[in-house]
Amino acid sequence: MNALQIAIDAISLGAIYALAALGIGLIVSIMRLINFAHGELIMAGGFCLYSLAGQPLLLMAVAAMLVCAVAALGVEQLAFRPLRKAKPGTLLISFFAVPYLLRHVALMMFGSRPVGMDFMGLRVPKLQIAAVIITAVLLTALALFFKYSRMSVQMRSSAENFTMARLVGVRANRVIAMAFAMSGLLASFVSMYQVAQTGNVSYKMGVSILLVAFVAPVVGGLGSLVGAAIGGLLVGVLSVVLQSLLPIDLRLYRDAFVFLAFIAFLVWRPQGLMTRRADMERV
Amino acid sequence: MMTALASFAAPAFQRTVTEMLVMLTVVLGLHIFVGNSGIFSFGHAGFMSAGPHVSAILTISPAKKAATLSLTPVLTGLQLPGPAAMAVAVAVTGLLAFVLFLPLVRLRGIAFPMATFALLVIEHVIAMNWTRVTGGRQAVIGLPRYTNLWTSLIVVGRALVVATWYSQLRNGLALRCSRENEVAAAATGIDIGRERLTAFVISAMVCAAGGVLFAHFVGTMTAGIFYLEMTFVTLAMMVVGGMRGLTGACIGVVLVSAFSELFRSLERGVDLAGFTLKAAAGLQEIVLSIVLLAILITRPNGLAGDWELTISTLQRRNRKESRDVLRLYRYWRHVQ
Repeated sequence: MNALQIAIDAISLGAIYALAALGIGLIVSIMRLINFAHGELIMAGGFCLYSLAGQPLLLMAVAAMLVCAVAALGVEQLAFRPLRKAKPGTLLISFFAVPYLLRHVALMMFGSRPVGMDFMGLRVPKLQIAAVIITAVLLTALALFFKYSRMSVQMRSSAENFTMARLVGVRANRVIAMAFAMSGLLASFVSMYQVAQTGNVSYKMGVSILLVAFVAPVVGGLGSLVGAAIGGLLVGVLSVVLQSLLPIDLRLYRDAFVFLAFIAFLVWRPQGLMTRRADMERV
Repeated sequence: MMTALASFAAPAFQRTVTEMLVMLTVVLGLHIFVGNSGIFSFGHAGFMSAGPHVSAILTISPAKKAATLSLTPVLTGLQLPGPAAMAVAVAVTGLLAFVLFLPLVRLRGIAFPMATFALLVIEHVIAMNWTRVTGGRQAVIGLPRYTNLWTSLIVVGRALVVATWYSQLRNGLALRCSRENEVAAAATGIDIGRERLTAFVISAMVCAAGGVLFAHFVGTMTAGIFYLEMTFVTLAMMVVGGMRGLTGACIGVVLVSAFSELFRSLERGVDLAGFTLKAAAGLQEIVLSIVLLAILITRPNGLAGDWELTISTLQRRNRKESRDVLRLYRYWRHVQ
């Protein structure tokens, strides 16, 4: 395989991972919590596309976006809102329970075998370019949103001090729900890409994103959106590079190497790449 | 007592109770670290898997081993009795946990659970692909099925003794202090890293014992079973009952096991006056996660909370002591 091909593969996979990481990072930057259900939001989008197979493309895409956003809102309502005052440990478990629940609901509804479908009929090279462009556009839009919009300030203030935010007139519940809906929207793009690329949907498709969910926000520095995207990009690039450079009998162990690198990174820089000083834990 | 009752019951019920005791061993092990330190670990399923892999290598008869695994001649020829193999497996896992924990000592906050998760993934990838030693994706068969009601009871008893003993030790108290307030604990001279290391190693060893029981209960060893699902179920059992105390952990195991068993039989189908009630596959998991969420929402500290069942006459002195120590730390926190 030549170097150019590797570079293209690495960057496009990195872009898709970055997109997934953005959705996760959005919640992290506001809630200080990693939403492990993000992979299952992507799965929900996939099954929505599958159910509507054969319809006009635009309809399918919009429906997937809606379903993902609504599913994200549901997760917020069901698992996050009632637990707002709980300790991080409890929340961590509830964020584990939700994807487990969603996965098995999908298993019950669609069965355990992956279902095949054709979406967009795009060829892979075009798809790779599209992935990079879409990620770049969404990242820029989000960064601008976070820098200039009133809503983003409200989001962060609601997360920082819920009661105080309400006292100064922020509709905190609604604002936080909004963040979840946005993250669901981001998830729908990832599911469209995944379905278009692999051509099948399965109840396990969210699990592979778990890798990114765990690694990217921590590598980037909890709370930084750009950091999360960079984290996702790094994971994608590292995976592809290892896949092509490792000797064949070690290739099976690729994920082990990725996670080994992650542990080494954690030991070296536990606070992540980009951390605002205000976000660091103080004594 | 339950075991004594169960020994008269039908074999199917005996199996259920045995399985519950096996899970209890694992959850007790998990609790030693997570309950006392207040830090979540996602890596313990990895230790649950490491134990039985060692035990499998040591107990399977040489002929079968030669067919499935390719080891050095010495290891292939070696066949130990169950208890000895379990002791070796537990010791090896303890050593492994010790070595793996060392680089992670410095990690604080969310970084530590993340690192343990990374360890779990690495362990899983290795177990799935190192076919010569672990059997890889294929099941390793021919493990002596020595786990029954009584052997599992003996192991659970020991796990319970270890867990209680540890929580009453100076180390356990110190670790719990660091759970309540890390800075205050460090300020009073507690070496948090060392206490966490101790708990982590002990807890990994107990989990390994549980894993060995599990493998010798099923009789086969597949790398895939000790992964995300197992991590979730064991953590769920611990959190449901209340992760701050041992009693809570036990309650959680009993509750979740009873629950899963109920739905497993529902999934097989139940005859009710001529009608067959049959639940759809996957219902067990769905209801389990809903119940878990409901418990977390209504009782964030778990069902038992801080409540602990003890033989009060025996424990009063210790409890007073630990109360005094805790009071001291609360005072520290206050002074700050």
